[in-house]
Amino acid sequence: MMKDMMSGFELYQPADVDDAIQLIDRYGNRGWKLAGGYDSLDWFKNRGKGPEAVIDLEGLDALKGIRETTDGVEIGALTTLTEVERSPLLRDRYGLLADAARRVASPQIRNAGTLGGNLSQDTRCWYYRYGVDCYRAGGNTCYAAAPEAMNREHALFGASRCVAVTPSDTAPALVALDAEMVVRNARGERVIPAADFFMEPSVDIQRMTVLDPDDLLTAIRLPASWAGADFYFEKVADRKSWDFALVSVAAAFRTSGAQIDEASIVCGAVQCIPRRLHDVEVLISGRTRNEETAALAGAEAIRGAEPLDYNHFKIPLMENLVKRAVRG
Amino acid sequence: MADLLGKDYAPPDIYGKVTGRAKYAEDFRRDGMLFCRLLKSPMPHCRVRGVDATAALAMDGVVAILRADEVPEQAGPANNILTDEPHFVGEPILAVAAVTETIAQDAIDAIVLDLEPLPFCVDPLESLRPGGPNARTDGNTVVSGEVQERKWTEEDFAAAGEGQLPMGEPGTEWSYGDIDAGFAEASIILDETFVTAGTSHHSMEPRTAMAYWENGKCYLHASTQSQSFVHPGIAAYIGIEPEDLVYIAEYCGGGFGSKGGPYPLLSIPAHMSRKVQKPVLMRISRSEEYFLGSARPGFQGRIKMGFRDDGRITAIDVYIVQENGPNQGGGDMNAAASAISIVYTPLNMRYRGMSVLTNTPPRGAQRGPGQNQMATAVEPLLDKAAKQLGLDQVAIRHINAPTHESLYGSNRSGITSAYMREALEQGAERFGWEERRARSGERNGSKVRGVGVGQAFHSAGASGFDGLVVLTPEGKLNIHSGVGNLGTYSYSTTSRVAAEVLKCDWENCEIVRGDSSRGLPWTLGQFGSNTSFTMTRTNFAAANDAVRKLKEIAARRLGGSASDYDIGNETVFARGNPGRRLTYAQAAQAAIEIGGEYSGHEVPDDINALTRRAVAGLAGTGLIGVARDNLPQTGMVPALAAGFIEIELDMETGGIEILDYLGVADCGTVLHPQGLSTQIKGGGVMGFGMAISERHVYDRHWGLPAAVGFYQAKPLSYLDVPSEMDWHAVDEPDPNNPVGSKGIGEPVMGCSAAALLCAISDALGGHYFNRIPVMADMIINVASERSQSHGPLQVNTQ
Repeated sequence: MMKDMMSGFELYQPADVDDAIQLIDRYGNRGWKLAGGYDSLDWFKNRGKGPEAVIDLEGLDALKGIRETTDGVEIGALTTLTEVERSPLLRDRYGLLADAARRVASPQIRNAGTLGGNLSQDTRCWYYRYGVDCYRAGGNTCYAAAPEAMNREHALFGASRCVAVTPSDTAPALVALDAEMVVRNARGERVIPAADFFMEPSVDIQRMTVLDPDDLLTAIRLPASWAGADFYFEKVADRKSWDFALVSVAAAFRTSGAQIDEASIVCGAVQCIPRRLHDVEVLISGRTRNEETAALAGAEAIRGAEPLDYNHFKIPLMENLVKRAVRG
Repeated sequence: MADLLGKDYAPPDIYGKVTGRAKYAEDFRRDGMLFCRLLKSPMPHCRVRGVDATAALAMDGVVAILRADEVPEQAGPANNILTDEPHFVGEPILAVAAVTETIAQDAIDAIVLDLEPLPFCVDPLESLRPGGPNARTDGNTVVSGEVQERKWTEEDFAAAGEGQLPMGEPGTEWSYGDIDAGFAEASIILDETFVTAGTSHHSMEPRTAMAYWENGKCYLHASTQSQSFVHPGIAAYIGIEPEDLVYIAEYCGGGFGSKGGPYPLLSIPAHMSRKVQKPVLMRISRSEEYFLGSARPGFQGRIKMGFRDDGRITAIDVYIVQENGPNQGGGDMNAAASAISIVYTPLNMRYRGMSVLTNTPPRGAQRGPGQNQMATAVEPLLDKAAKQLGLDQVAIRHINAPTHESLYGSNRSGITSAYMREALEQGAERFGWEERRARSGERNGSKVRGVGVGQAFHSAGASGFDGLVVLTPEGKLNIHSGVGNLGTYSYSTTSRVAAEVLKCDWENCEIVRGDSSRGLPWTLGQFGSNTSFTMTRTNFAAANDAVRKLKEIAARRLGGSASDYDIGNETVFARGNPGRRLTYAQAAQAAIEIGGEYSGHEVPDDINALTRRAVAGLAGTGLIGVARDNLPQTGMVPALAAGFIEIELDMETGGIEILDYLGVADCGTVLHPQGLSTQIKGGGVMGFGMAISERHVYDRHWGLPAAVGFYQAKPLSYLDVPSEMDWHAVDEPDPNNPVGSKGIGEPVMGCSAAALLCAISDALGGHYFNRIPVMADMIINVASERSQSHGPLQVNTQ
């Protein structure tokens, strides 16, 4: 149950990345990286997480901002969602990400919330957030998949002891754009494709990303391959603001006239990770972008969906959103 | 001449709110103050067999623990202060005081509870089944104010049929006319089962209290909508006489009914402070509000309505099962039935109700308690009937709307005024109803247009309370207000009546309020849409008492008789000789010198003890105007409202775009246009949330609440609604009010909720959900011809 009262912790506010990496390495899983705070502070207040040290990343200016590279664009992980939403560069070439960022939470939260934080946030399964001892919390049951559970927001695909879904609005966009995540730790830097960044519960049920406790997500790279493509982003939620997706779709298309040459389509909030619809992409490549192709895509998208007691509406919703994306 | 009424103005407390200088309960600090936090029940129903606080008490900075046996026991089913048998998740078991809040919470985390789980229930119908669980050990219903065990028979459940509400023996019932004859006269009859969800109050300011004791008196800063009305009840919770309580509640960050009356939680810091002999602050957090705040009762209901060919309702037979939380709860179902009697004026009617206990948050009044749930249930069914009869949605409402002669409730009492027909006519005209209705059903890709009209009601006024004003020797008019400051500014607007009667410059007036030690009269609480009616009367009465005294003082000092004098320009003057005059300042000085009733040393016999004490504290400070409102009241005061809406509904996503909304009020004479506009629009947004987004979800197996934060409970924000909405008032005076006013705060919510639901059903070509909230998933399921995930009678699912 919510306690709404933080425990004490050591607060570090490093001013450069090397210091931050050192602190992160020193504290490992006893430390916590704080960006915008909109996920972290809930955990702290609920005492669901009680780190010994909090490393506040706010002072790391090197991890902020959007810059062009030889092969696309690099966005510092601490860039605010408002900046992502408003960046002329992103709006011009990667409108998919800007559109997704604009649908995150509320204007106030976007002013403080960061792209890295939005990608790394924990799932919003209400049972898990409530503080029950479910698999994801280290226990031995899933409350949300139980016979009388309220699971309207939960997964259609990929359930593996846990039926929680990815809450991020920007994650599907980044997977669709074939983005890469730049991760640093004390041992060096590695680059992880967005598609491999998010963690399936079948691999590690207690994590939402591949980030280890001593890792720091420093930047997100958008390759030039999808720059300026035809994009479609749509998020359906109960409210227009300050809400998580019931289903979202992020899609990119390369077309020759009416023909689809290449497509990248990802759905959010239907699985624990952003769900890339490879089969749909293959199916529609070479076809004309019209209602008929949209219908085929929608039907293919939902194949294999396994609804829970309260979320079967997500099947037609997902089908409709994929149709709308393909329809354009 | 003051000429203040019907004008926009800046209420005096608005500057503090805008600049942040306004001090709410949690902004106060005292030397040596401790913080107190609550250990709350993790289970929906259990018994505390043991508490091991050894480790907690050993912590540095932990000062004391307060247990249930140290505070006044509340007779069941009243809400508890602390308890060893919690009846809902989050019910306070004990309190811990420490030097910081963090330490208090650390101590709570270190306390080991030994709890015995007890049976619990989150669905009233489950509890009514033979052998079903009881929310309390002493029963499962509240009948005539008492907890009783009531079960219906298997036959009752079997007789209902699939998806229809069973109707066993009710806890309460009334009727008028002959419903069988009424139904026999009907051309069409609808028999519909419905569910309305309970909703949390979402007050921006969580309930908070800070208490300390000085010279035998308890000083309490807290968050309540009302001021004087809550005073005796809070004193009782603390276990002291009202005169030993100084109650300070200058600002309230919203209550919506949940802080209208006294509530037991307020007394915890007072008890703790008495125990530790230090000031104690208890801040309740946002998420805690969702557990131990309160909620609107939900309904599982069934309504049978008979209509003539012209749409006139011949009979209504309604049965309401109320989800009432574990305690005394609310009177929503009775209010809902009474609302039916006046909004639809059925020729014959029967009401049956059963209030069933559940182990969910305590229920209490929320904006339009009962009336607004009823609006959401009945209004779409009017459209269903209109469709079958080939009538316009406005027309079917118009023919059933109340007139001044309509009668109210079970005892068929008269009413003071009703302008619902005018509200419908003027609203339809202003909204362009005909034109918009013609667009209904138009498709634009996946989007379809829908229109809706909704109505709602609340009884909106009372009488018999006290008013108190003081003219000071400095020439100021102090208007003492005991009503409270919910945030609607009606405390201020109704005070302007006193200035109007005394013809005072508003700049020369001060509203004295927010602190019982400043001498506040006994008035009704700030709830029930009553302030505009009730407190204009009390201020009118007190100001007229002051006018009488001014004239009498002038006669004493200047000769002649009181009837020779009049008032104007803050003077009392001889009518034939305006030069023979006293300024208000001189008259106030004279009142002090003359004494007796003029200076407040004598008071009328019929004023309340609380007012009497207030006047005693003010006696000798000026000319005291004090009076009980003995103006005639000839009937129930109806606040009526109609809402008109046009939406676009996306059949592929379930998304709803509100294109336009117009709220129309029958609130008597408009006192403060800007305030009224804000009520209509704000109530409108709250109603939209009630209709389509506000969630009250429970896991039935564990009895756990799912919606325990703003982002989970989902009240709408300004980004969900049009930035511009329209409003209108019929602006016809109520004959029972000296300035023509009556209240409006509650029905302006119900009418918007109803209108939106009607528009959704209209857009869906006549699909009626018989349920709120209508969430996106439900619309998607209808649009894609799927069944709903929830059963027709299931509660706490959306």
